[in-house]
Amino acid sequence: MKRKTFFLCLFLSAALLFCGCQATLTTTTKVTTQAEKKGVISPEKAKSIKKSTAKIAKADSKRREEFTPEQEYYIGRSVAAVIMNKYPSYTSQPVNEYLNLIGQALAQVSDMPEIFLGYRVLILNSDEINAFATPGGHIFITKGLLRCCRTEDAVAAVLAHEIGHIQLKHGIRAIKQERLIEFGKTIVTEIGGDKLLETFDGAIGDFTNMMINTGYSRPFEYAADDVAQTLLRRLGYDPNGLVEVLMVMEKKLNPEDTGFGKTHPPPQDRIDKVLKKTGIKYSPVLTPQVRQIRFMKNIGNI
Amino acid sequence: MSWIRISLLAALLLCAFSQPLFSATKEFLSVQVRQGQLRSTPSFLGKVTATLAYGDKVELIEDKGAWKMVTIRKIKGWMHMSALTTKTIALQAGKANVKTGATSGELALAGKGFNAKVEAEFKSKNKHLDYAAVDRMERIFTFKPDRVQAFLKQGKISPEGPER
Repeated sequence: MKRKTFFLCLFLSAALLFCGCQATLTTTTKVTTQAEKKGVISPEKAKSIKKSTAKIAKADSKRREEFTPEQEYYIGRSVAAVIMNKYPSYTSQPVNEYLNLIGQALAQVSDMPEIFLGYRVLILNSDEINAFATPGGHIFITKGLLRCCRTEDAVAAVLAHEIGHIQLKHGIRAIKQERLIEFGKTIVTEIGGDKLLETFDGAIGDFTNMMINTGYSRPFEYAADDVAQTLLRRLGYDPNGLVEVLMVMEKKLNPEDTGFGKTHPPPQDRIDKVLKKTGIKYSPVLTPQVRQIRFMKNIGNI
Repeated sequence: MSWIRISLLAALLLCAFSQPLFSATKEFLSVQVRQGQLRSTPSFLGKVTATLAYGDKVELIEDKGAWKMVTIRKIKGWMHMSALTTKTIALQAGKANVKTGATSGELALAGKGFNAKVEAEFKSKNKHLDYAAVDRMERIFTFKPDRVQAFLKQGKISPEGPER
């Protein structure tokens, strides 16, 4: 029995140490409840684990709140520079302008319309199906992903999903806990120099690694889809745009692909979640002819 | 008079006198974005009447959901709450640069945490990164509110959600 308790505690501590996020808090609580039910640990022990888990998560969340919009912006700029180093830009001014108009209109109806510099969108000249967003409001979308969009409403859905990641501060949550502690110390003591640069360097590394290699957790992806649905509805786009683009991606994505296929849950899972959440049946996007003409003019031949 | 009555009376008097005191307390907020726009109405459709700088301290006059009526230097207007913070933002030198919306390299901000200085140090260690491309991305796609509204109108996109 003691051995089991030891391993359980070890697992829980490891999970908290490496992830330190809301998802871990939920998982830890669930595992503890199950262990308590099966008699692996006593109710007192379970209560104590849950209490310390909640305490760690609270402190962690407070540390993440230390990031002001200005600091998120500076993290975002460097993450953007790393992304632009990996992918070439698609330089067409009118097409990028078209996407920025959609993005900035969506941001206006969001719960966080004002961020330090505002939201900016740039197309990446890559056939890979992917999109990225930095905490500073830089949104990147590949040509490959734009080719999965059949309407402006679908493009808006992709951008609204990325705005969702920014507003829910998913990127900041990718920064490792020990770095947040270090950051907190520099804020209090105003120590700058090498230590702060080291923390910044580490934070950029955590962020880009998560975006390019591992991806956000599934709950974060589903949460960003929820925001996307809300923004589409608020602005007046057809919310079916999200399901539409996910359906095309489901057909196009190869599970062994790098990029989006590797870092996102399967599109069908997301479609199921969206439809279940909204309680509606998918129907093809209704987009006025004038909107479709400008979509085709800008994205049709990309 | 019993102690209970005296206590009740004291509590009532305290409430009566403290109310005006609390309501008279001024509440201040700071602009936490590079350029905060003051609008004539609590909506993104409202005309921009003034642009405030990062760190400007404004007084809260009225609260209407996500929109706050604020005042500074005898100017009044509505600002979205995402542009404001209850924290005080201490600016060092270079405030004028912030006001003109100069590029990040020219900003000299609070000196705490991640800022232009840290970015410059990071940049010098990562010379392969092209920050000029990031500057371009940030600079080019800035639209006036009318342009966004015209784009929505042209695409027959009619907002149905909360106030903008």
